[in-house]
Amino acid sequence: MTLPGSLDEAVAALSAMPAAVPVAGGTDLMAAVNSGLLRPAALVGLGRINEIRGWQYQDGHALLGAGLTHARMGRPDFAALIPALAAAARTAGPPQIRNAGTLGGNIASAAPTGDALPVLAALEATLIIAGPGGGRREIPVGHLLTGFDMLRPGELIGYVRVPLLHAPQTFLKATGRTGPGRAVASVAVVLDPARRNVRCAVGAVAPMPLRPLDAEGWVASLIDWDGERTLAPEACAAFGDYVAAACIPDPAPAPLDGGEPGTLPPAALHLRRTVATLARRALGRALA
Amino acid sequence: MTGTGGMGGMTGTAGAADGAVTTAPVTSPALAGAAEPPPHGLGVSLPAADAAAKTQGIYPYAADLWAEGLLWAAVLRSPHPHARILSIDTTEAARMPGVRAVVTHADVPGDTAHGRRIADRPVFASEIVRHHGEPIAAVAADHPDTARLAAAAIAVEYELLDPVTDPEQAFSAEPLHPDGNLIRHIPLRFGDPEATGEVVVEGLYRIGRQDPAPIGAEAGLAVPRPDGGVEIYTASTDPHADRDLAAACFGLAPERVKVVVTGVPGAMGDREDPGMQLPLGLLALRTGHPVKLAATREESFLSHPHRHPTLLRYRHHADAEGKLVKVEAQILLDAGAYADSSAEALAAAVSFACGPYVVPHAFVEGWAVRTNNPPSGHVRGEGAMQVCAAYEGQMDKLAARLGMDPAELRLRNVMATGDLLPTGQTVTCPAPVAELLRAVRDEPLPALPQDDPDQDWLLPGGPDGAGEPGAVRRGVGYGLGMIHMLGAEGADEVSTATVKVTGSVATVICAAVETGQGFTTLARQIVQDVLGLEEVHVAPVDTDQPPSGPGARSRHTWVSGGAVERAARMVRTQLLQPLAAQFGMSTELLTIADGKITSYDGVLSTTVGEALDGKELWATAQCRPHPTEPLDETGQGDAFVGLAFCAVRAVVDVDVELGSVRVVEMAVAQDVGRVLNPAQARARIEAGITQGVGAALTENLRTSAGQVRRPDLTGYALPTALDTPDIRIVKLVEERDVVAPFGAKAISAVPVVTSPAAVASAVRAATGRPVNRLPIRPQAAVVTAG
Repeated sequence: MTLPGSLDEAVAALSAMPAAVPVAGGTDLMAAVNSGLLRPAALVGLGRINEIRGWQYQDGHALLGAGLTHARMGRPDFAALIPALAAAARTAGPPQIRNAGTLGGNIASAAPTGDALPVLAALEATLIIAGPGGGRREIPVGHLLTGFDMLRPGELIGYVRVPLLHAPQTFLKATGRTGPGRAVASVAVVLDPARRNVRCAVGAVAPMPLRPLDAEGWVASLIDWDGERTLAPEACAAFGDYVAAACIPDPAPAPLDGGEPGTLPPAALHLRRTVATLARRALGRALA
Repeated sequence: MTGTGGMGGMTGTAGAADGAVTTAPVTSPALAGAAEPPPHGLGVSLPAADAAAKTQGIYPYAADLWAEGLLWAAVLRSPHPHARILSIDTTEAARMPGVRAVVTHADVPGDTAHGRRIADRPVFASEIVRHHGEPIAAVAADHPDTARLAAAAIAVEYELLDPVTDPEQAFSAEPLHPDGNLIRHIPLRFGDPEATGEVVVEGLYRIGRQDPAPIGAEAGLAVPRPDGGVEIYTASTDPHADRDLAAACFGLAPERVKVVVTGVPGAMGDREDPGMQLPLGLLALRTGHPVKLAATREESFLSHPHRHPTLLRYRHHADAEGKLVKVEAQILLDAGAYADSSAEALAAAVSFACGPYVVPHAFVEGWAVRTNNPPSGHVRGEGAMQVCAAYEGQMDKLAARLGMDPAELRLRNVMATGDLLPTGQTVTCPAPVAELLRAVRDEPLPALPQDDPDQDWLLPGGPDGAGEPGAVRRGVGYGLGMIHMLGAEGADEVSTATVKVTGSVATVICAAVETGQGFTTLARQIVQDVLGLEEVHVAPVDTDQPPSGPGARSRHTWVSGGAVERAARMVRTQLLQPLAAQFGMSTELLTIADGKITSYDGVLSTTVGEALDGKELWATAQCRPHPTEPLDETGQGDAFVGLAFCAVRAVVDVDVELGSVRVVEMAVAQDVGRVLNPAQARARIEAGITQGVGAALTENLRTSAGQVRRPDLTGYALPTALDTPDIRIVKLVEERDVVAPFGAKAISAVPVVTSPAAVASAVRAATGRPVNRLPIRPQAAVVTAG
C-alpha cells in the first residue's frame, strides 16, 4: 500500500508496480476484495492527492478532479455549476457510500448502473488521463465506457472536463424502492442553449449509457430557443416514447417469408415504459 | 385496559422504540417520576441489560470468538441445484500447505443424515446434490484464505440432472429423495361441500421467497474436549436440539457434546445452520484443535432456511350481504430439497387459510413438496403469512364485487371467542378481532400532501428521486391476521428454569435463548415482580442446563417465563415460610418490595438479606401448557394452545407511471393479552411490521433454474430507514388469556403475518390492479392509460 501525494507520484507508483491496483473510495473495489473476487498484490491509495479532490475553471469548462466524492458533488455550490451531476451524486447510494465513492471511481468501475455515467455522456465530458513521465492525454468519456479506448498500464483518470452550460439539467433514476438503491433505469437531460441542442443519455439499461441522437435532434428542433423554451406536455411525452423506443428497440419484424414477429417480454415493456416516463419527466423538468 | 399512544412520526427500527419509553408508555407504572428509583417488575419498560454494550459495539457475537491456536474452516458447497456426484477428489486440497483436515461424507462417524423433524438431510452430500449451496466437504486450515482456497481445490465431478424448480411439477417428477416428493398433504374438510354462495370470487396468489437475513451471518467455534467430546460455541436458538443432532452425527453420546450459546446477532426463525455446525464439530474432533468458521453473506443466503414460496388458489362464496358461506382453497408450499419444518408450516397455512373470519364451510387442500429450490423452513409467521396475503386479497375482491367498503365487509365476518376454526377447534382465548379492526379503521388518516404543502413530502422513489406528485395516488388497505402460539399438533412444549437467591441478588438459569426478543429482560422482570429484588442476573445458556426448546411464537414468554415465575414463587415460599411460621401468619400476608419484607400490618419488617441469614435458596420448576392433538386425515383437531390476532391499516403512495410504492403509514392494533414490557412490545411490533413491509415490496431471493441469483445484500433489498413507514400502534388490547402465564400473548410474529396483506390491499386500492403477487413488482402497480 502506497499513499502518493500527487498524480504523477501515483502514476510512478503504478508504473513501478504493474500488479498494484489504484484505490480511491474503495466502494466497489473493497466489495470485490471482501467477496474474494480480487486479491490485489498491492494498492496505490489516491486519497492523499489533493489536486484531484476539487475542481477548477478552464475557458467555459469545469475541470473536475477524479477524487471528488459524491457527497461533495451533491452540495449546493456544485449543483449550481452542473445540476445533473449533483443530482446523480445525491442519489448514488446511502450517505456512507457517497462520502467515500468518487467520480473517477464511478468511471473506472464503469458499472452499467453507475449514476454519474449518463450525466457525463449527456455532457459529452472529456477525460484527462495521466500517464507515465508526466504525460497527459484526453479521451471522450464514451470512448472509455465503450472500450474504444482503454486505460493503458500505469495510467490514471486525473480529471474530467465538462462544459458549463448555464442552463437547466436533470437526472432522474428509477430504483423500485424508496431507500437508496441501484438504478433500474436512469435518464440525464441537459440543455445547451448556445449550440441549441438537447442532449440525453439513458443509463442502466445497457452496459454503457445510450444516447438517443434522433430523439435529441427532433426535440431540439421543436424548442423555441430564443423564447420561452417550453414544450407542450404531448411533445414531452412523445420525446419520452422516442427515447425509450431507441434504447429498447422493438424486436425484428416478421421475416418476409412468414413466421411470427418477435414481441418484447413484459419485463422489457415495463423497462421501456419506465425509460419513457423518466425521459418525459426529465425533459419536462428541464424546460419548466 | 388499553393503551393508545402517539408513536406517529416514528420511523422505527426495533431499537428506536427505546425512545418511546418516556413519551408514550402504555401502562402507568412507567410514569413514575424521574427522581424515583428505576422502575422494575412486570409492566414497565425495563431496558435490556446488554443494550449499552450492543449500541457501543462491544457486545461479543459468535463471529468475535477466539481460541488460542484456532484453525479456520471453509465449506465446499454445490454450485448446482441438482446433480449426481461421480467423484470427490480431496488429494489436491489436503496437500496444500496449511491445510490440516478435509472431511467429506465418508468421514461422518455417526448418522449421515439429520433434520429437525425428519432426518432426511445429509451432513455432506454423497451421491446427489439437491440444492444450490448444499455442503459437500469442509476444510480446516491455519488461515481462512487457505481454507477457502483448499475448499475450492477439491475436485468434484458432477453429472448434471434436470432440476425440479416448479413445485407443481414435483408431483409428477422423479422422486428427488428416497422419501418421495410429497412431504405432507392435508385435505381439510369442514362443513357441507355442496354449499354455495350467491357471490363467488376466485383468485390465484403467489408469495416469494423471503430470507430471514439476520444482521450477523452464521458463525461458530468448535473446541475439542479432552474426553473425546466437543463444545460448539454458536448463536443457536435451539441449543438442545442442535446438540442432539450433532451428537448423533458425530457418533457420540449427547452429554459429550455441549452447545454453548453466544451472542445472537438477530434471529427471524431457526438460527444457525446445522450445515455449518456439523462440519465445524467434525473438523475439531478430527484435528484436535479449535476450529472457527464465519460464514460470508453469500454462504448465509445459500445455506439457511427461507420462507416457503407459495402458490395459492382460492374461491370464496358469500351471500348478497357479504357474509362468507364457503371457502375453497389449494395451497402449495415449496419446501426446497429437505423437509425441515415444512409439515408444521403447512399445518398453519391450512388451519388459518380462511383467516380470522367465521366460515361455515371450508375445503382446503394443502401440500408441501420437495423441489431443487433453496431450502425452506421456520421463518417468523411461516404458513400463516402466505395465506393471509391470499385471503385478504379475496376479501378485497369480494368487497369490490359487492360494492362494499372493505373494512365493513371484514367486520361482518370477523370471528370472536366461541367461534370455530375450520379445524373444528373452538376459539377459547380472547379474540377481539372486531375491536382491533375498528381501532385501525377509526384512526385519523395521515395528512395528504395537498393539505400540508409546507411539509417535505417523501415521494415514492425517495428523496431526489424521479417521483412526481401528479402521478402519485394514495391507497388505504386493511389486513387481519392470526397465528398460533407455541408449537402445535401435540408438540411437547416444556421449559425448565432455576431461580437462585444469594444476599439480595437473584440469578435465573434457563436455557431459553435471548435472540433479541427480550427474554432475559422479561425473566429479570418476573423475578423482580415475585421476589421484590432489583438485582437479577440471567445466566448464559448452554446444554448443561435442562432444555427449554426453540424460541418461536412467544414460546419463551409462555413456557420459559412460566417456569421462571414458578421457580421464583417457590423461592419466595422458602424465604417467607420460616418468618410466617415464627409470626404465626400465612406467607400471603407478607410482601417483599425493594429488598424488604413487611407484613400486612407492619408489625414485621426485615430485609431479604437478614431473612436469608447467609443461606442460598434454589428452586427449579417446569412449565408445560395443556396438550394439543395432531390434525386428523380431514384436517380436524384441537391443534393449537392459543391464538393471537392483529389488524393493520396500510396507507401507501404509488407513482402509477413508474409503479414505485412507498408505504406512508402502518396503523396497528394488536391483541397482546397483557403488555409485560411496553418498550419491548412496541419494538417487537415495529420490527415485525418492517419485516412485513420488506416481504410486501422488495424481499425476494430470486433463483433461475434453481440457482440463487445475487445472494448478497445489493441484490436482496432489505428495507432501509427510508423504506420503513411511520408505524402507529393505535391500540394494544389487553384482554388476558387465562391459560397463558401472565395472560400474555405472542407479539412478534403476527405483525409479520398481517402487514404484507395490508400493503397489497392498499396498493390494490390505489391502482385498481389485482396485486396478487408478493413482493409487489413495479409492473404490477403501474396504471396504464386506456
